[in-house]
Parts: sequence; C-alpha cells; structure tokens
Amino acid sequence: MARLEVTIGGLQLRNPVMTASGTFGYGTEYTDFMDLNRLGGMIVKGTTLEPRQGNDYPRMAETPSGMLNAVGLQNKGVDYFVEHLYPVIKEYDTHIIVNVSGSTVEDYVACTEKLAGLEKIPAIELNISCPNVKEGGMAFGTTCASAARVTHAVRQVYPGTLIVKLSPNVTDIAEIARSVEAEGADAVSLVNTFLGMAIDVERRKPKLSTVTGGLSGPCIKPIAVRMVWQVYHAVGIPVIGMGGICNWQDAIEFILAGATAIQVGTCNFVDPAVTVKIVRGIREYMERHGIASVSELVGGMELF
Amino acid sequence: MILMKQLDFTVHSNDRLNDQNHLLKVAPLNNMRLPEMHPGQFVQVRVDNAPHTFLRRPISINYADTQKNEIWLLVQAVGEGTRKICEMAVGAKLNLIFPLGNAFTIPSAPGNFLLVGGGVGTAPLLFLGNKLHEKGFACDFLLGGASEKNILQRPDFEQYGTLYCTTEDGSLGEKGYVTHHSLLQRKRYDFIFTCGPKPMMVAIARYAHEKGVGCEVSLENLMACGFGACLCCVEKTTRGNVCACTEGPIFNINELTWLD
Repeated sequence: MARLEVTIGGLQLRNPVMTASGTFGYGTEYTDFMDLNRLGGMIVKGTTLEPRQGNDYPRMAETPSGMLNAVGLQNKGVDYFVEHLYPVIKEYDTHIIVNVSGSTVEDYVACTEKLAGLEKIPAIELNISCPNVKEGGMAFGTTCASAARVTHAVRQVYPGTLIVKLSPNVTDIAEIARSVEAEGADAVSLVNTFLGMAIDVERRKPKLSTVTGGLSGPCIKPIAVRMVWQVYHAVGIPVIGMGGICNWQDAIEFILAGATAIQVGTCNFVDPAVTVKIVRGIREYMERHGIASVSELVGGMELF
Repeated sequence: MILMKQLDFTVHSNDRLNDQNHLLKVAPLNNMRLPEMHPGQFVQVRVDNAPHTFLRRPISINYADTQKNEIWLLVQAVGEGTRKICEMAVGAKLNLIFPLGNAFTIPSAPGNFLLVGGGVGTAPLLFLGNKLHEKGFACDFLLGGASEKNILQRPDFEQYGTLYCTTEDGSLGEKGYVTHHSLLQRKRYDFIFTCGPKPMMVAIARYAHEKGVGCEVSLENLMACGFGACLCCVEKTTRGNVCACTEGPIFNINELTWLD
C-alpha cells in the first residue's frame, strides 16, 4: 500500500494535496462537489486584520491557459473568521491553514496573534506575495530584508507551523527563500501569481480595474516548476509547490522538482473535484512504480 | 438549500436559431434525474481544455423540461467558448456545474408582471414565464433585438403570456429600443423582471424606480468559478461587494448602486 503521508513542520498530512488560498474560499464552497476530509490540507482565503472590500470590478480576465485576477484580498477580517467561519470549518478532518495578509508588519503580527490560539488551525501561511494590494502584500516578498523582517516578527508570536508564501516576481526566489528560512519559517510555499496585464484592444482599456493583476493557471506551470526546483536546492525546509497544477502528472512533476506537498489553485474553478482525482492519481502512479512512500519522490528528478 | 452538482450531459439536440444563436437541449448521462431548478439560475459549461477556453462559460437556464429531463441552453456565439458550445454535435458530451445562483422572486399573488429582455438576455425569461404561467399568473413579455431574426423563441414565449417586441430596424414590433415601447407608457405594472445588456437593464431599472415599481435584474458579470470561491464577479451593492454568482445573478434594483 502506497503511503501518501508527508510532514510539513509540525503537520502530518494524510496526502500531499492541498488547496491554494484564494481559490477555495473556506472550503464550504466545495462541499457539494467533494469530501474535504480527503484533502491533505486546505489553505483558506487570505485573511487580514481588518475587513477588506477588495478591488473594483472587473477583477478577472481569461488569458491563454490561465487567468488574471485582481481580487485584492476581499475578506471579512480575522475577527469575523474566528467568530463565524472557524466554528463551521473546524469540524472538518483536514489540516486547515489560514493565509495571513497585511499592509504592515504590525498587521501581520496582530492577525497572527488572533489565530494562534485556535486549536484546529495548526499552521498559517504568511502571504508576502499578493500582487493586488496597494500597500504591503507583495512588497514584503520582493526583498530579502523585508521578507526576513515580517517572518521574524510573526515567528516571535507564533508557535505553530509557519509557512511563508513566496512571490515569483523577484530576481532570485531562492535568495528570498533562504532569508525566511533563516528567520524560522517551517516551510515555504511557491509560487503566488505572476504580475501580468491584458488589454481590450477594441476599447483600448485594461481588462482589469487595477490595470495589472496576478496570472495563474497552467500557463505559469513551467516557471513555477523551475522555481520550486531552485528553492528545493537552496533551503533545508520543506517546499510546497503550486502553479497551474491540474492533474496528477502536474503534481508528480512538482514533487520530483522538490515539492514535499502541492497546492491546487485555479484548476479548482474548472473542476471543483480535481483535488480528489489528483490524490487518486498519485496513489496509482506510486503503485505502478512500486514506490512505498511519496517522500521518496521529493526532489527525485534524475539528471540524465 | 439546493445542492450544486457537477454532471456529464449529452447533447440531445442543437438547433441553429439564427447566425449567432443556438438552442441546445441537454440531458444528464445515465438518465440521472435533474434536480429542481429555478428561473434565473445558470449552469457553468466546461468547454474543453484548449488554451483559449480554459475556464467554464456561464449560461443561464432557458428552460427546464422536467418531462424530458432536459435543460435548454440558449447560447449566443460571442467568443471562442460560446462558439464552441454552439458547434457541439448531437450526442456530444459536456460537463456542467449546476444549478448555480439565486433565482427570480416568484410573486405570491397574481398581478401585472412585465418581463423585459434584450438579445440573448431573453433566455431566462422563458423559464420565468413558464413558472408564472404554471401558477396561473398572466405576464407580458417585452423583447428587443436588432432585427426580427434576433427575437428568439417567439412561439415559446407566446405560450406563457402576451408578447411585445421592439427591433432597431423596425422589422418586428415597434421600432427602437424596448425602453421606448409604448407599452411602458400605457400600462401600469406591479413588478418588472429584466435581463439583457446592462444599458438596457439600467434604463428599465430607472423606469421602474421612477414609477415606484419593484424590479429584479439578472447580471452577467465575468466570473471564473460560478460558486463563490474566486470572488471575481463581484457587484457593488448596498451591503458591499458581493458575488454575482452566489448572491445573484438576480438582484433587486434597490440593492444595487446603479441609480445613485
């Protein structure tokens, strides 16, 4: 029997398949389509200290093999999450991880402190890579110094598993990964969306209200795989890979590049049950290749 | 509460109504019974895995034929995704997520109801007219299009109420836009339902507001998922940004900020 369990910091995941923040709501949006208890973990929507209305419509544009979004962290704030959403989702038997976002280091710390006491939230994912907010967000993830600063501050107040979600909009992602590892991050997840834009040529107008937005979907997969591979070789902590994963082959590809676990994002919109199919596909692949534990595959790409 | 489903369907028929519009009648594979659906709801059609049609396409439910276990989809080929749907052959398979969204509010007592549609926006009004008819409520349809060939499914609408039309070229009904039809000046309505191009719906909403008549509109904001996860299709309302896919697509005009 193939063993799909993997370890990320203090978490024992039943399988390496998680859902990416911002594509999976709070999980409840998907319960008509799939059994959340079959996920390795679920990263819920980016949560900030204060409620946010997000950006103006239009917020999305389809692009070849993917989409641009400019949601801008619309959420009801961490207090609403703790009072109204947590009591519902804590009943699910999967690892629930909150994606924490903010505009200042103080925001990240205060938001984290409100989550730290929740028994069924064993980890947070620090979002230093959102390209769609005016202040903070990606700005923290684009220099080693600021990435280190916010990771350091949150680490001081957070005893749980700390995952830092990295931006691909940098010159050297491995360097950023090393800087957050040095400040005590338990894992890194990558990549967030790529900054992109699209223009309606008939109207000569940007397709997004914010002009630029975050590109996701299968179109970014080869770049994401490359970045996971680079970061895997640069750090000693687990890497969680994502970027256009739509099937089990994509998931295995990320794992072979160095990901201990993977997140599925944009493809949830196209097939809301895709994660369950990916878990099944990974198991069948392992059985077919006689692999006892999925951890044997991590970074298992062979060079010629 | 309605459970959403993701099911494979097969195309039972695909009729070309004009150079842009097709009516597809689709049924679930393996004769699975369709769940209850309500006028105003929509489906998300998976087109294929081609680069330019990666996301699903939202299509409103034109009619739910419970006897034949079919959903009718009235599709206008406006882009590559809808063009591919229009080209689906009889017997082809397609995957749907449905039923999505809220629904038009079915009145509890008879009255004067007006259903105003423009272009392919007439699609959900057929299903609404059918439900009103089933309750024994009379209604008027006011449908507009560029030309006679753009006013679709006229015999179907006539089964459920009185049909009034406008065309921009005057080839059918009164010449001009629906908002200029003489009906709006001579008859007093109790409630108006509308679906179509946004400028048309804004004009109808303004008319309803001025006359003190209740009005629901059906939005077609761009969306990725259709079930409240992506937060892309938001509409500004009196209670902030809400998803048009889950809290809409039907909104009472009093909730919207259109007339501010």
